[in-house]
Parts: sequence; C-alpha cells; structure tokens
Amino acid sequence: MPFMSAYPTVRVSLLFLAIAIGCAFFADLSITAANPWKDLGNFFLGLVTPDFFSYQGLATALLRTVAFAFVGVALGSVFGFLLALAFKWTAVRVFCSVIRSVHELFWALIFLQFFGFHPLTGVLAIAIPYCGIFAKVYSEILDEVDPEPSRALPRGTGVVSSYLYARIPQCWEQIKTYTAYRLECGLRSSAVLGFVGLPTLGFYLESSFAQGLYSEAGAMLILFYLLIATIPLWLRRQTLPFYLAAAPFCLGDGFPIVWGNVSRFFTEDIIPAPLRQGDGWAGLADWFADIAVTEALPGIWNTLLLTQMALVLTGLITLLVFPLISRQFGNRPTRVGGHVFLVILRSTPEYMLAYILLQIWGPSMLPAVVALALHNGGIIGHLVGRQSSSIGLRPDAARGLSRYGFEIVPRVYRSFLALLFYRWEIIMRETAILGILGIHTLGFFVDSAIQNIQFDRALILIGVTALLNIGIDKLSRFIRGRLALQTLPTC
Amino acid sequence: MLQLMVRRALLALALAFSSVSASMADTFVFTAIPDEDETKLIERFQGVADYLAEQLGVDVRYVPVKSYAAAVTAFRNNQVQLAWFGGLSGVQARRLVPGSEALAQGQEDEAFETYFIAHSSTGLEEAETLSDDVRNRTFTFGSKGSTSGRLMPEFYLRERFDAAPEEVFSRVGFSGNHTRTLRLVEAGTFEVGALNFQVWEKELADGTIDTDSVKIIWRTPTYPDYQWTVRGDVDERFGEGFKERVQQALLELDDPELLASFPRTRFIPASNDDYEPIRAVAEQIGVLD
Repeated sequence: MPFMSAYPTVRVSLLFLAIAIGCAFFADLSITAANPWKDLGNFFLGLVTPDFFSYQGLATALLRTVAFAFVGVALGSVFGFLLALAFKWTAVRVFCSVIRSVHELFWALIFLQFFGFHPLTGVLAIAIPYCGIFAKVYSEILDEVDPEPSRALPRGTGVVSSYLYARIPQCWEQIKTYTAYRLECGLRSSAVLGFVGLPTLGFYLESSFAQGLYSEAGAMLILFYLLIATIPLWLRRQTLPFYLAAAPFCLGDGFPIVWGNVSRFFTEDIIPAPLRQGDGWAGLADWFADIAVTEALPGIWNTLLLTQMALVLTGLITLLVFPLISRQFGNRPTRVGGHVFLVILRSTPEYMLAYILLQIWGPSMLPAVVALALHNGGIIGHLVGRQSSSIGLRPDAARGLSRYGFEIVPRVYRSFLALLFYRWEIIMRETAILGILGIHTLGFFVDSAIQNIQFDRALILIGVTALLNIGIDKLSRFIRGRLALQTLPTC
Repeated sequence: MLQLMVRRALLALALAFSSVSASMADTFVFTAIPDEDETKLIERFQGVADYLAEQLGVDVRYVPVKSYAAAVTAFRNNQVQLAWFGGLSGVQARRLVPGSEALAQGQEDEAFETYFIAHSSTGLEEAETLSDDVRNRTFTFGSKGSTSGRLMPEFYLRERFDAAPEEVFSRVGFSGNHTRTLRLVEAGTFEVGALNFQVWEKELADGTIDTDSVKIIWRTPTYPDYQWTVRGDVDERFGEGFKERVQQALLELDDPELLASFPRTRFIPASNDDYEPIRAVAEQIGVLD
C-alpha cells in the first residue's frame, strides 16, 4: 500500500480523537463511590467464589435465556431473509433501518405495556430488531455473490428459483456463519431482557448485584460465559432442528394476552396528551417544545458525548488487545489466555458490564464509556487479531514493539477502521439504552416517561433515538465510502 | 430448507401465542412495587400469597416485577388483580383502572415519613429544617416512581429551596430502591439521600446500618403512603363479594412475623380519597398529567 494513501485514514483518526478529547471536557467522568476499588475487589472475589446453588431457578433462567434467543433469532432470520430478497425497494430498506435502530430493550419496554409478561414480549423484542439487521446483512451478502451463474440459467427462470439455484448456494456458508454469530448475540440480548422483568438470566443477575451478592452474581456470569463459549459443542447441524422445535415450549407461561390492552395502547396511550385532552394543535406544539427542550436535546447531547468517547476508547482498546491473540506475538499459552480474555469481554453484554461498573464506581459517564469500550474492543480486537495472524512476514522481520508499530498495525489499520466505523451505530444504540441505568442519555428520559406512564412521551423519544441512529449510520457509511474502507458484515 | 424454516417459525409463533396454561385463568394474582431488596420481597409476599390462598380458597400467586411502572402496568392490564402500591403508584393505577379501590393500608401509612440521610463525611447533623449545607452535594432518590423515595422528598426540596433538585445538588441519582439508597449513602457513593422511614427503622432494628457512616439529617412532615389496591372487576371473575373477602382477609392478617416483614403493626381500611394529597403533589410536580 503506498504510504501517501494512508494519510486520509490518519487524518480521520486524529479528528475523531480530537472530538473525543473535546467531549471529555464536557462529560461527567468522575468516580463517585467512596471505596470503588474495594467494591471491585469484592466483585472479583465473588467471581472466584461462585455460589451455584443459591437459586433453584437458575437452571430455569438459563433455559429461558436460550429459548428466547432461539425463537427470537429464528423468527428474525426467516423474516430478515424474506425482506433481504426485497431489499432493492426503498420502502423495505427504510422499514428495516427503522426497526433495527430501536434497541431490543426499548422494544421489550413497548411490548411490556400491552402484552405484559407474555413470552411474546421477549420473542418479539429480539425478533424485530434482529429481522432488520438480518435483512441488511443478508442482502449485502447476496449482493456480493458472483452474478455469472444466474446468467447461465435458462430464460424465464423465476426469481425464487434463481436465488435458490444460483445465488444462495454461493453464499450459504457465509449466511450460516453470520446467523450462528447472531445467535450468540441473541443469547446476550435475551439475558439482558431480564433486566426489565422477563424471566431470563438478567432478572436474577440484577437482583444479586443490587443486593451485593457477588458470589451469586459470579456464578451466573460464569454459567453464561460457559454457555457462550461452548456453543460450538452443543450447537450442531444435527441438533439444531431439535433446539428449534423445543425452544417454543421452553419459553414459560407468562400471563394471557388481553387484546383490549393492545388496542388501548395504540388508540389511547400513544396519542399525545394534548390531543387526548382536547388542547388542540397549539397545545401539541407546546408539548413538543417542552419535550424537545427538557428531554430530547439534553438526551441527544449526552448520547453524542458518550458515543464519541466510547468509539475512540473502543479503538484504543482494540489496538491494545488484538496482539493478545495474534500469531505475530507471544506464544501458544499467552494466546490461549488472550482468547479467554477476549471471549469474556465480548460475551459480557455492555449493558451488564455498565451495570456492574455503575454499582461499583457510582453514576457518571465513566462506567458507561469503559463498559462500551471493553465490550466492543473485545469484539473488534478478536476480528483484527484473527486477520493479523494471517499476515506473512519476512523471517527477519522486526519483533516485539517494532513489529507491532511498523509491520502489523499499518497492515490492519484500514480494516480496523472499517470495523470501528461499522460498530459506530451499534455503540450509539447501546449508549442510548444505558440511560435506563441512570446516565442522562436518551434512554434515561425514555425510562422516566415509562415510569410516569407517559407512553406518548416515551414513543416520541424512542423515535428521536431511532432517527439519531439512522443519521449516524448514514454518516458512518459516508466516511467509509470516502476512505474506501471495506468490511465484510461479520460484526 | 427455506420452506421448512418458515414452517418452523410459524409453528413457533403459534405455540408462543397459545402457551398459556389453562389454570392461570382462575388464579388470583398480585404484585408489589419493588421498593426493597428482592429476596426480602419474595419471602414476604410468598407468605402473603399463602395466607390469602388459605383465607380466600382460590389459587393465589405473587409475581415480582422490576419497576414501579411495571407493577402499575400489570395491574392496569389485568395481569394482576391486587397490588401493594406506594402512594403515587396507587394513584396512578387507580386513575388508569376505573372502578379500582384502595382496600387497606398499614397503620403506619396514614402518617408516613421520608428521612433525609447523609454520609458522616459531610458533617451534617439532624435539624428541624433541611440544612442549607446540602446544596451542591451529591444526592440520590430511590426509584423514579417512589412516593417516599422520590415524590415527597422532591416536593419538600422544591418547597425548601424553590428550585428543582438538579439545581440544588451537584448530582442527582436514582438508586432504584430504598435499601440501595441506604447502602449508597452509607458507602459514600452519594453524600445525601432520601428514603422510606420504615426501611430505615427496620434496618436499624436489625442492626444492619453502620451508624458511624450514615445518619438522619431531616424528617419530613407526614403524608399517606402504601396501600393495597384491588381491581373493580374481581367480583365478576371470582364471585360476588370477593372484594370484601380480600379486604377482610387483609384487615384480619395478624401473623406477627408476616406483619413485621412489611413492617406494619396491622392493616386498617383505606379509601381512594385518602390519597388525594398525593395526587395533588404529583400533579404539581408534573409526574401526573
């Protein structure tokens, strides 16, 4: 690669670094806990002294976590695939980008209002956003296949046949790999849904943490890591149909759906209060202005601050951790250790990580930034590390720090940036949701509205969050285009 | 393969819709606002469920929820028929479910209080009014939907300083529940906090408060708080006079251990009008439309 062409990527990197440093001046990054390190110590003590027998319901919670993930991801992938076939229509693309810009937890909070504690709440909360993501990624995968085989089909071959015989066979492996990866994400999402009251792992994890029962919480985290780390062992082609068939039966009973609640939600609850109370359009304007000034704008500001800081710290952590698993550095034992470390980072949902750090350090943006950066850095670090392993170097190439700085980083930097920008939108979606934990991002105001039973307000704010997300997605795509960064949809 | 997947998915969806056990329809379900540590709540309300089942002769089930709003929503959606609400959540719930009634309150709930507590490093002492020295310190409420942990302390803060809490304090947090408010102030994570006086008194009696680290700095005037609220349509579903029987059962609850777990001396009759002051405060602060 000619050296000069690296300049735009460096310039963009420095620009983002400067923005993040600027954000840090406005952000509240203090540690407010009196004994943060003691609590952190207690937490790690809990992890090494796990108590697996405290909850009889733990096995059930794990089962529910897996069941919700399977049913949600299966539905999402089927409908996502169908939508991918129609992705050339703008309406479909817009629809998909809207449904995926709303986080699983927001979907769950919406469905909780009218389905209540029915399994459908959890299933749809996963299936809907995943459907939007699947549609986009499947269509990207399908677009990349070689068009030659479909031209060889006889005239008059239908669209479906042409997909089935010429296109899908070429990318079946990729689709499978991506869907399996999404299932892992689905397990994380499913666990996190417990935080809002669904019967998955998060439900018990939240209780244990809130009460400082770190040995119980440690046991749950360890079981969760084991569950994810052993996916290749228990998820096989032969066992998959069995899981898919069994999962719907393992969702639990919940409570019957009262359909009147559903129609009430759509015809009353979400109608803006001024219209419901007959204050007319003038009242509506005041209402919007009030939401914009007191909630939406501060929420957007904090969401952006947090996102930009988290994005850059994610980048820094990625550059720090990817050598841990790269064949270019260390030896076999250190790489095994590195793999375990990265698996833990990326298996811990950022919501859970932020929750843990908030308990320990007290409420500010710091725990959120660190949580987002650790989780996402773990994911990108894994991908970059894997890529760097395949680089062939001269036998007499530099070692150690020189190898890192002069040989490896320059070679992986473009794909590193591509992956980082790809996750920008994902980081922002998470940032917004972390507001539920008490940081004043958009999620904080959504949660407040829901706590006040003001769903009209909540829905407007969720809409604002979605628009912000779509905006970042567009910007990210623009920057990737300008820098000619390519990435395969693997994260 | 695709067809097979679609068929499986539809099957899954159909099952999800139908996976409701028939017995649920006859079960009398109740919930409670999650104002304290969950283990304690489950222990306490499992006891109440067993007691009510015995008294009423129907299956009674307690469902734990994760937020005050979730308790209100479950009540509104008729997924629970009875709830142990706080003052504010009760007002919200009864507004949303016409015909629902406050049945009983604890004797202590007629005159409930909020304690403002502070970490010892602040040097604040108990006084007749809330000290001016709380300004610019860090402060935590309990849950956003709590009466004694949020609504009333916010009301008195506004009255005292004529400003929103965010303007009085350098940082305002929502701990989630009263036990956590206590732990956070005790640990110094927040310098000042406001919590349900009963939770303080009970923890104090149990000897689980480090009184060298945290002390009361102000007690609010009294206001009405917690109550049992029942839906208006329970008679239709569980038979004529069911509502009165529920009320009777609650008023006659005399198991000392169970009462101590609330902690309440006994339950006394309550009415919707008892909570008028709470509604007025909630509207004034803008928590209610």
